[in-house]
Amino acid sequence: MPDTLSLILTILGMFVVTFGIRFILYARAHRMQLPVWLEEALAYVPVAVLTAIIMPMILMPNKHLELSWQNPWLLGGLAAFIIGVSLKKPLLTIAVGVLVFFASKFLLA
Amino acid sequence: MTKWEAMRFGALVSVPMMLGNLPFGMIFGSLAVSQGLDPWVPIVMSLVVFAGSAQFVALGLFAVGTPILIIIFTTFIVNLRHLLYSADYMKYVKHLPMAWRAILAFGLTDETYAATKPYFVNGKLDKATGHWAYLGSFLAFYAMWNITTVIGVVAGELIPGMSEWGLEFAMVATFLGIITTYLRTSPYWASFAVAGAAALLLYKLPNNLGMLVAALLGVLAGVLVQHLQARFTAKGDQHA
Repeated sequence: MPDTLSLILTILGMFVVTFGIRFILYARAHRMQLPVWLEEALAYVPVAVLTAIIMPMILMPNKHLELSWQNPWLLGGLAAFIIGVSLKKPLLTIAVGVLVFFASKFLLA
Repeated sequence: MTKWEAMRFGALVSVPMMLGNLPFGMIFGSLAVSQGLDPWVPIVMSLVVFAGSAQFVALGLFAVGTPILIIIFTTFIVNLRHLLYSADYMKYVKHLPMAWRAILAFGLTDETYAATKPYFVNGKLDKATGHWAYLGSFLAFYAMWNITTVIGVVAGELIPGMSEWGLEFAMVATFLGIITTYLRTSPYWASFAVAGAAALLLYKLPNNLGMLVAALLGVLAGVLVQHLQARFTAKGDQHA
C-alpha cells in the first residue's frame, strides 16, 4: 500500500480534477453564452447519459450479455420501461420496476 | 415554494436513489479497509472527492500499485461526464454568487442531476427555488455517502452477501423513470436507442470510456434525427 504522503496527494489530486470538471463552466456561467447548437444538444444529455449508465447494468449484470428470462435485472428493467413509456409516471415506474426485480430475484433463486 | 420547502423537496426526490446507493458507500468503506488501507483514507476520500465510481476505481488502482498521476488522470476521465451536466445546469446557476456555484459544483453528481433535472424541465423548479432544491438533494446524498462509508469502514466485513442483494436496482429503476418521461418524440427515442446499444458494444473500454462515448453518440443521434425531421417537415410544407 502507498505511504501516507502519496495517499494525501492522490486524494488531493482526485479532488482537484473532480471539482475542476464540475466547477469550470459554473465559474464562467455569467459571461458565457453557449452556442445554439450546443444548447440543442444538451437537451439529449439526460436520456443519453442515464441510458448509457444503466444499459450494461440491466443486460450485463455479470459482465456478459444475458438476454434471458432468468435475469432479474432485465425483467425489472423491462417492467419499469413498459410502465414508464406507457404511463409516464416516474414514481410508479420505480415502484413497479423494483417490485418486479425483487420478486423475480426471489422466485428465480 | 420557500427555500426550506425547496430544500426538503430536493432531498425527498432523492430518496429512491439514496436507497439504491446504500450498499455502494458501505461496500466502498469495507473494501478499502479490507485492502489494508487505514480507515482515514476512504473516509477522507468520500468527504473530499465525493465521486462514487472514481473512488472505486482508485481503490482498484491502489491495489495494483498504480502511480499517483495515473490515478488522478483516470479520475479525470471517469468524471468527465459531469462536464455535460454542468453545461446543462449553467443556466440555473449563473445568477448565483460564486460561493454558491462552488458548493453546487462540488455536489454535482449523477444522482443529484438525475433527481432534480425532471423538475427543472416541467417547471416545478425555477431560478428562484431551483438552487435550494439542488442543495437539498446534494446534502442528502452527501450525508448518505459519508455515513455509509463510515459504516462500511467500521463494519469491515459487512452483512455477508449484501452486495448480492441488488439494492442498486433502485438506481436503475429511478433512471428509467426519468428516461421514459422524455420518450415522446423520435429524436429522444433515437438518442435512447443509440446510447443504449453503444454502451453495450463499448462496455469493454477501460475507465468508463465506453459509457462516455456512448452518451456522446446518443446526444449526436438525438440532434441528427431532430434536424432530419425539421428538414423533412420543411420540405413537406413546400409541397403543400
